[in-house]
Amino acid sequence: MSAVRIVNVTKTYTTRSGRTQALSPINVSFRPDEFTAILGTSGCGKSTLLHIVAGLEQPSTGHIEVNGTAVSGPGRDRGMVFQNYTLFPWLTVQQNVEFALRDLPMSRRKRHDQAREYLGLVGMEAFAAAHPSELSGGMRQRVAIARALSYQPRVLLMDEPFGALDAQTRQGMQMLLTRVWEEHRMSVLFVTHDIEEAVCLSDRVIVMSRRPGAIKADLAIDIPRPRGIDTLTSAELNGYKAELLQLIREEADDAQTAASAKRAG
Amino acid sequence: MSLGHATPATGELSTARRAVQPVRRHQLFHQPSRTAFWIWGSAVMAALGIVWFGVTALEFANPYFLPSPGAVWTAGYEMASTGQLWADTSESMRRIVIGFLISTALALPIGLLMGSVGRFEAALEPFIDFVRYMPAVAFVPLTIVWFGVDEGQKYSIIFIGTFFQQALMIMDNVKRTPLDYVRVGETLGLGTTKLLRRIVLPSSGPAIWDTLRISFGWAWTWLVVAELVAARDGLGQRIVVSQRYFDTDRIFFLIGLIGVIGLVLDQLFKIAGRALFRWSSTERG
Repeated sequence: MSAVRIVNVTKTYTTRSGRTQALSPINVSFRPDEFTAILGTSGCGKSTLLHIVAGLEQPSTGHIEVNGTAVSGPGRDRGMVFQNYTLFPWLTVQQNVEFALRDLPMSRRKRHDQAREYLGLVGMEAFAAAHPSELSGGMRQRVAIARALSYQPRVLLMDEPFGALDAQTRQGMQMLLTRVWEEHRMSVLFVTHDIEEAVCLSDRVIVMSRRPGAIKADLAIDIPRPRGIDTLTSAELNGYKAELLQLIREEADDAQTAASAKRAG
Repeated sequence: MSLGHATPATGELSTARRAVQPVRRHQLFHQPSRTAFWIWGSAVMAALGIVWFGVTALEFANPYFLPSPGAVWTAGYEMASTGQLWADTSESMRRIVIGFLISTALALPIGLLMGSVGRFEAALEPFIDFVRYMPAVAFVPLTIVWFGVDEGQKYSIIFIGTFFQQALMIMDNVKRTPLDYVRVGETLGLGTTKLLRRIVLPSSGPAIWDTLRISFGWAWTWLVVAELVAARDGLGQRIVVSQRYFDTDRIFFLIGLIGVIGLVLDQLFKIAGRALFRWSSTERG
């Protein structure tokens, strides 16, 4: 069974200037132990698609299935990590993770321990008592990952989670995510516009075409695991990069042609 | 060799000369140091005090219009020694606390809902905006017709003057909750009530506290207005009585006292806010 199935999903926005189709019909499913990157240029609707899977936005047509059941809103079967820093500044790191575990049938003690365990997973247990304002961007995102994993969702949704980080921190976070994922395999949908990031993290890269977003290519990434820092410089990675770069460039070129045609017309 | 030495020396010299040149920078938006702040602040206060003292000591002004600092102090001492000052102050304090609490108790949930639920904003914002522009003072005669000169009349004036401003400001505070915080709650499956209580309210807490602090200052104005018009006691009423007997020195003292009480309460609000929302100051810093 697939962890997530996207069935005939489209999205149309009605704005003052008329109707914009953001997503043309999308059909795709994801295996329970698969790390998938959704790659596309900005404005291709990749984040919209992820928000629809998360239940934060409603599709105009079609539906989402998680574990074989159609879902209409957000739920704890899916965990989400956002691009912006979303830790609550009024809570400590520990409390931020525990926040996700409230309302679950578990004792206070268990909640504390489980939160601490997931902080340990991302190497942040030493900062349990700190407030988010005392942390760097990379640390904040690590806690956000711990928070999203702490309630053991079926699927982890990541919306350009490292987009705001500097290059070095970003690389460190990619390695951390790879390690965590290789230890606890689960379905991950990772939205990014960074080709290298998509390849080095994933088993599969889905390339989206520009608006209205559709699946342009679906590529398996056969780089052996465990992956490490060497993966970033491997010949395999560069091969995939070249292939994806070509696909993405076509999109960008199309966009330019369309823009100049519009100007001329 | 000497040439080799000379070149860097010239370089140093020119750097030094450049450094001595005064750099003309503008004076805007520089935060003064804490000491500078206190020095300037007290200097102006002291200067005004000296002018006041000088003008009255040299008898430039009729003491009925401008009593001397000494006369004002004596008037205050007299009122305090009969116990009347304390009675008036505690009466006024009781009124403002009750009136302010009634207003806040209603403005808090209504502002919270207006800021977060579109339908509430649509339904209430036009009405509240409309009433907000009606001067609270203009309601005084009406409140006397409705409530007489009893306590209810004081509370109603404080309420009319405070509630509508509070509701709108709290609405605005709540609206500034980052959408992504709410989304995090949504992905955890939280419903409306839990989103409001666990995310929206704590996130806008520091801003709401500031709104309460500012609106408490306005509530003082409305209290005194209500007491000036109709009351048996309270600081405002004491000012009216003093006017009847031409006790300008007492009026001066009472106005000053109201100002001092307001200042002290404002500082208490600030201290309490810093203790309650310690995370917020580190967030900004």
